[in-house]
Amino acid sequence: MQRTGECFEPQLTAFTCSYCAYMSGDTAGAMRIQYPATTKVIKLPCTGKTDARYIMSAFEDGADGVYIIACPIGNCHHVRGNERARARVVHTKKLLDQVGLGGERLDIFFLSAGMGESFAQAAKEMNDRIMRLGPSPLRMGGKEVGAGEAGEQKNGGDETGEQSVEATQ
Amino acid sequence: MSTDNGLKSGSNLEKVLRAGHFAVTGELGPPQSADPDHIKEKVGYLKGMVDAVNVTDNQTAVVRMSSLGASVLAVQEGIEPVMQMTCRDRNRLAMQADFLAAHALGVRNMLALSGDHQSFGNHPTSKNVHDMDSMQQIRMLKDLRDEKKFQCGDVMKGCEPRFFIGAAAAPEAHPVEWRPMRLAKKVAAGADFIQTQLVYNLPAFKKYMEEVRKMRLHEKTAILVGVGPLKGPAMGKYMRDFVPGITVPDDVIARIEAAAKGIDPEDKAAKQKAWRAEGIKMCIELIQEVKEIEGVAGVHVMAIEWEEAVKPLVEGAGLLPRPVV
Amino acid sequence: MIVAEQKPLEEIKGVLGDAENVLVAGCGTCVTVCLAGGEKEAQLMASALRIASRVDGTPIEATDVTVQRQCEWEYLEMIEAEVEKADLIVSLACGIGVQTFARHFPDKWVVPGLNTTFLGQPEEQGIWTEQCQACGNCMLAMTGGICPVARCSKQVQNGPCGGSEHGLCEVKRIRRVDGVPVMVKGRGGRMMPATEDVECAWHLIHDRLKEHNRLDLITGVQEPKDWTTSRDGGPRRIVREDLILMDEE
Ligand code: SF4
Ligand code: SF4
Repeated sequence: MQRTGECFEPQLTAFTCSYCAYMSGDTAGAMRIQYPATTKVIKLPCTGKTDARYIMSAFEDGADGVYIIACPIGNCHHVRGNERARARVVHTKKLLDQVGLGGERLDIFFLSAGMGESFAQAAKEMNDRIMRLGPSPLRMGGKEVGAGEAGEQKNGGDETGEQSVEATQ
Repeated sequence: MSTDNGLKSGSNLEKVLRAGHFAVTGELGPPQSADPDHIKEKVGYLKGMVDAVNVTDNQTAVVRMSSLGASVLAVQEGIEPVMQMTCRDRNRLAMQADFLAAHALGVRNMLALSGDHQSFGNHPTSKNVHDMDSMQQIRMLKDLRDEKKFQCGDVMKGCEPRFFIGAAAAPEAHPVEWRPMRLAKKVAAGADFIQTQLVYNLPAFKKYMEEVRKMRLHEKTAILVGVGPLKGPAMGKYMRDFVPGITVPDDVIARIEAAAKGIDPEDKAAKQKAWRAEGIKMCIELIQEVKEIEGVAGVHVMAIEWEEAVKPLVEGAGLLPRPVV
Repeated sequence: MIVAEQKPLEEIKGVLGDAENVLVAGCGTCVTVCLAGGEKEAQLMASALRIASRVDGTPIEATDVTVQRQCEWEYLEMIEAEVEKADLIVSLACGIGVQTFARHFPDKWVVPGLNTTFLGQPEEQGIWTEQCQACGNCMLAMTGGICPVARCSKQVQNGPCGGSEHGLCEVKRIRRVDGVPVMVKGRGGRMMPATEDVECAWHLIHDRLKEHNRLDLITGVQEPKDWTTSRDGGPRRIVREDLILMDEE
C-alpha cells in the first residue's frame, strides 16, 4: 500500500447504480484489472437516489473520500437520474467546503458497463487524490476511525484508463 | 372655488395654454449637493425660453436637492417651476404636506409620477413607499384643489393648495393599445396637462394621437410632447435599446450618423459638433411637425445635461419670444 | 405556500454559542415542499453541524426531529422530550414556526436556520416565485387573478406604468442562486450584482382581462388602497367568533 509519511490507508466509499456503473466494476474484475483496494462499493438502484445525507453519513462514519459512479449522461436507465446525481454532487461539494472537509473529497464519474478500465482508473484517481489530501479531518481529530471498512480486495495494478469527470457544471 | 378668471391655479403655464399659445416647458435637474448656485446657473439657460421648468424629484432615484426646495429656488430666480413628485419616496401624508408647503411657497404646477425604482439609483438598498400610484396622486391633487378635501375626506379649513395638475404619458410603452385608455384614466383622475415620454418615432406618435382624438382627450387636457435633441448616434441607440417606452426608428439613427460623414473619424471634437448640430436640427423639425398634429398643445423639451441646447431649439422652432400672459 | 431558503452554515454556526446539544427541528409542511427545512434537510443540517464542529475541534451533539407543522402547539407538544434534552434548537421552519417554538418552549433558545422569503409558487423544479403579499384585502377579482401588490415592482394599482415593455417590467431583480447574489463585472470593471428580467404584472393583467373581455374592470380609476389590512395597520390578528369556545359557565 502507498503511504504518506505515516501509515495511511484511505477509506473510500463509492455509490454506484445497479446498471452500467456497477457492471463496470464487474467488468474490471472479469478483466482482472488491478485497482486500489481501498474502495467500499454501495449499490443504489439508480444514482438518482444519491442523497447528500448518504454522502455526509459516509464521511461521518469515517470515509476519507466518496465518489459516485453513474451511467454516462444520456444513458441513464431512469432517463435523468445521473444528472440529478451530478447536481447533488455539485451541491454537496459546497456543503463539504462549508463544514471544512473540502469538496475535493467528493466526485462523480460516468461509466458504461464495458468500461472496466475506467472503473479502475476512477478508483485510482480517488485513491491518489485522497492520499494527497490526507485523512479526513474527522479521522485526524476523533477516535472513531474507520467505521467503513475497505472494500473487497481486487487485483492491484497500474492500468490507466479514462478521465475523471469533475462535476463542476 | 377658483381663482380669478376661472383659472385653476393661475400658473403661467396654465395661462399660456388657456390663451391658446403653443406651450414650451423645460427641465431642471436639482444638484446632488446643497448648492443653490447650480440652480441659478441652469435657470440662466432657461429663463425666457420656456413657460415653466420641470424640477425633477430624485430623478433616476439618485439623491438630489428636493424638488420642493429647488422649485422654491426657481421661483426666487424668476422662473416658474413644475414641481415633480414621485410616489416612490412619499406616502399620502408626506405628499399632501409637501403640496401645502409648495403652494404656500409659490409653486403652482405639480406633476404626479410613480417614479424610477430605487434599484436604478444610488441607494438601491432602500425601501420604497408606493402607498399610492400616480393616478391616485392626480386624483388627490384635484380633490385638494376642487373639493378642499384631504385624501382621507377631511375638509380643509383655510387656504387650499391650488395646482395646475400634470401627469406623464408614455405613448409607446406596452401594451401600446392600452396607452390611450391609460391617458383617459389620468384625465378622468384630473390631469390638466400631460407631458409625454420622449418622442422620436413620429408615425407611432401620430397613431397614438389619432386614438386620443377619437376619445376627445385632447379637449380635456393639454398634451405637451416630450422632445429632446440627440447628441449622437450612440444616444439614439441607447434610447432605442435600453429605455422602455421609447422607440427610435432606423432612419432617425441613420440621419444623425450621416451627419459625421466625411469627417476624419479620429477627429472626435469635429464629429461631436456635427452630430450635435444635426441633433438640434432634427429636434427643431420634429417640434415643427408635432405642432401641426391636432391636439398637441405644446412641447416639453428635455435636453438632458445639455441646457445650452434649449435656446437654439426653441428659437429655431420659431417659438420665441415666449408669450407674456 | 411559504417559501424559504437555508441560511449559510457559517451564519448558523455563528449563533450556536457554546451549545453542546443542538436539536435541528424540521417542519413537514411548506418548507418540506420547497425543500428548505423538511426531514431530509434537518437530518442533513444536523450531520453538517456535527461534522463542522468536529472539524473545528469542539464536537457537539446535533440531532434532528421533524414535526408536521411547527406553527401549531399540538405538534410541538409531541417533541417535548427531544427538546428537553437540547440546549439550543435550530428551527428549519419558516419564521412562524421559529416563533411558535420559542413561545411554546420559553426556557429554550431557538434560532432560525432559514430565511423566510415569500408566499409563492413552485414555478418549475428548483424555481419558486412570489405571488402574494398577504395584503389582507385581496383585489384579484379586479385583476384577473394576477396580483399587482406582490408582482408589480411599484405596487401600482392603476397599471401598467410607462416602464412596461415587451411584457417585461423596467425593474430587474437581482439574480440570486442559493440566496446569494450572482456578481458580474459591470461598467468600469466594478463587480456588481447581475440582474434578470421580471414579467410586468400589469401587462399580464391587461392581456388576461382582454382575453376574458373584462377590460372594463380596469378602465375606472382604482381608489387608493386601504393598507390597514396590510402590515401597515400594525401586526394583524383574525378573530372568528364562530370558532371560539366560550369559557364554561
Ligand atoms: S391582492 Fe393582496 S391578498 Fe390578493 S394576492 Fe395580492 S397581496 Fe395577496
Ligand atoms: S412595468 Fe409593470 S410591473 Fe413594472 S412597475 Fe410598471 S406596471 Fe409594475
